[in-house]
Amino acid sequence: MAAPAEKFSEELTEIASRHFGRPVKIEGLHRLSGGAVAESWWFDAVIDDKRHELILRLARSSQSSPLYPSKETEAKIQLVTIENGVPVPKVYFILDEEDGIGRGYVMQRIAGETIPRKILRDDEYAQAREQMARQCGEILYRIHSVDTNILPKLAALKNSQQLEQLQSGYNAFGENHPMFDFAFHWLKERMPEDPTPCLVHSDFRNGNLIVGPEGIRAILDWEMAHMGDPMEDLGWISVNSWRFGNIDKPVGGFGEREDLFAGYEAAGGSVDPERVHYWEVFGTLKWGFICLIQAFTHLSGTVRSVELAAIGRRVSETELDLIDLLI
Amino acid sequence: MFTDRPTMKELVEAVREFLETKISPAVDKHTAFHTRVAINVLKIVEREIELGPGLEAQEHERLCRLLNHEGTLNELTKELCHKLRDGNIDNKDPAFADHLKKTAMGRLSIDNPKYSAYRKALETASS
Repeated sequence: MAAPAEKFSEELTEIASRHFGRPVKIEGLHRLSGGAVAESWWFDAVIDDKRHELILRLARSSQSSPLYPSKETEAKIQLVTIENGVPVPKVYFILDEEDGIGRGYVMQRIAGETIPRKILRDDEYAQAREQMARQCGEILYRIHSVDTNILPKLAALKNSQQLEQLQSGYNAFGENHPMFDFAFHWLKERMPEDPTPCLVHSDFRNGNLIVGPEGIRAILDWEMAHMGDPMEDLGWISVNSWRFGNIDKPVGGFGEREDLFAGYEAAGGSVDPERVHYWEVFGTLKWGFICLIQAFTHLSGTVRSVELAAIGRRVSETELDLIDLLI
Repeated sequence: MFTDRPTMKELVEAVREFLETKISPAVDKHTAFHTRVAINVLKIVEREIELGPGLEAQEHERLCRLLNHEGTLNELTKELCHKLRDGNIDNKDPAFADHLKKTAMGRLSIDNPKYSAYRKALETASS
């Protein structure tokens, strides 16, 4: 492990020096665990005796998916949302072709906890847990009210398109999951009208929040952002997989729906609970489908990984959640 | 399945124990994370060796009754999926709900018996 990390540190020194326009010393570079597809690297950059605590977000493969924004777009979204009061890490620079290591960007490293089980169980976050559902509501409205004219180009997804994408993706795998088919039918029958599209984070959940003892410090992982129905985000954070065992606390395993909705409305938004329920069902199905994608990323040989293979066996969790929601 | 010892389950168990006792403590943090994942995968395999055949037989039998004809498990599941997708099944029919619940619970008893919704369903059933 030591040799490739050393070589990568040299590469990154060159890249950072070019982007900052000054000599940069890289210290403590190491890869963070987790992140099945994108990599996250922890490092300090010392520039003119000043230490910058940073994270490199990196996608080695240059292939892009129609479902998700590229790493460059992700960085640009962070640059815009921060201006609207959304707590996100500041972006320092975006990698370009000349850098030659893939697509990615370097951003501020914000101290705090991201591991859901610690956030949900450690005493240190007891006070944070009390406020987080309401905070999520407030932050979500700040995301949804970003001026769409200044956003980078994002996939605009109609509710029908989202469902069709999911269904054709599922059909293409040729796998048989009865509860998925039942959920597709249920969703088709109850699909809500398209609202005026706004920025949707689309992966706003426990696990993508940096938390301190006082509450939420930052929102991470904008890699599924798109234009669409704002209620999608409110449904997604309630999906049982993101409660990490605390099944009776619907919002991320830490809070109540009432507090999420109250925070959203206090910030200026309006909540449609029936639509939120639709999106919770959709989100549960979508997570199940993502588990399949991950498994087939391994099975097809694109990225061979025991982690991806294992995620394939999480499909059954979502099938039981769909039963609880629909039967 | 052969019954000569070590059995398939015992072999998988041996590999898992090797990962737990010899590999996990000896590797860097990132590889340790993947080793934990690998250990969990082997636990799934161990449970499937033990529970899989029985669950598969029950599921097959339920499907034959529900769809009212014979077929392989794969064919019958595919047929059920098509009916569900098109809304061609009476979802108020308790046999249908019973099948879907038992199937999902069976899968989770192999894939992840610690899952919150699985444990909650077991508690509800026993109270």
